[in-house]
Amino acid sequence: MNGDAENELATLLRAAIAGDERAYAEFLGRTAAIVRGFARRKIQGGVDPEDIVQETLLALHMKRHTWKTDAPVSPWVYAIARFKLIDAFRKRGRHVEVEIGEIAETVAQPEAETVSDREIGRVLDGLTAGQRSVVAAISIEGRSIGETAAKFGMTETAVRVALHRGLRSIAKKFGRS
Amino acid sequence: MQTNDLINALRADAAKQAMPLGYSWWIAIVAATIIAAGAFFILIGPRPDFTVAAHTPRFLFKFIVTLALVVVAFALLRVLSRPGSDVRHVAYWLVLMPILLGTAVAAELFAVPSDQLVTVWWGSNVYVCLTFIPLIGLGALAVFLAALRHGAPTRPRLAGAVAGLLAGGIAATFYAAHCTDDSPLFVATWYSIAIAGLVALGAICGRRVARW
Repeated sequence: MNGDAENELATLLRAAIAGDERAYAEFLGRTAAIVRGFARRKIQGGVDPEDIVQETLLALHMKRHTWKTDAPVSPWVYAIARFKLIDAFRKRGRHVEVEIGEIAETVAQPEAETVSDREIGRVLDGLTAGQRSVVAAISIEGRSIGETAAKFGMTETAVRVALHRGLRSIAKKFGRS
Repeated sequence: MQTNDLINALRADAAKQAMPLGYSWWIAIVAATIIAAGAFFILIGPRPDFTVAAHTPRFLFKFIVTLALVVVAFALLRVLSRPGSDVRHVAYWLVLMPILLGTAVAAELFAVPSDQLVTVWWGSNVYVCLTFIPLIGLGALAVFLAALRHGAPTRPRLAGAVAGLLAGGIAATFYAAHCTDDSPLFVATWYSIAIAGLVALGAICGRRVARW
């Protein structure tokens, strides 16, 4: 990744941590493309690269307080993606050597998603009914916090809590299973 | 669920932020030190001649080694809890402790008559040392493992071992104020073994506790 892209990514993540949702969505979109390129190059069957993308985004989200706000973003992103990739192979009972070299990563090209059934969809089924409907409304139906609150007759705070707990529970399942 | 759907959900959750990891480490080391101090004063306490001993170089040397260990292990643990940081750069400093101990042991071998070496090496507190360093460090280790869980160690077993090393360093610092065996021969052997126990426990727990 070149210096400009690196700086933009850091700026977006800093803005996100300061509470800018739009910057956060932009950051996640760009990061997803980078991780997708990384995962597709490392995986030859056995694991769906898009599952790695989603597990990595979720881990980045839950662990974004571990990023040092004055540090470059990409070493942090790649370290998490590599960890999730190795973990995915380990869980599926396969041993792989994921090369630690940085050279291959610098040529990673952002790539677009292809559609298929995702592990995260199956994990969603393990949530409590309330959490599941809130997470689904916001993610799949693309509703805002306010719209979701109106739809279910909940307060916005309750929606935020249900969303956060739901996401944390999904992230935990990825870590454990 | 598609990746863009997931991004919608993560974006909406942007406001929920955990405490920055840097702060949690400082809270953890303060809490761990308080817990270890509590255990130390309840279980054994300082030796009676503490103020006299404080003027002897052998006694002071114990604190130089154990505090150096605390500083290095703390730096290493923080680095291990952040994905993508340069671990090796910090890990090199671990050689400091063998160098310090090796130098002191060499000096001790010259200073002590050879027929007394075994007596000095064995001392009179071996079992006390092997019991109370792990005991004083246990609570501290639990605190560091909790902090590690808050972080994101990509090598959880290693990070857990270093958490044990740090807890051991803190425990040994307190224990050194109790123990009357000040010879570097005693410290290099028995302190190391006692701390290694916490390192092993940390490594075992690290894999389970710090999963994410």
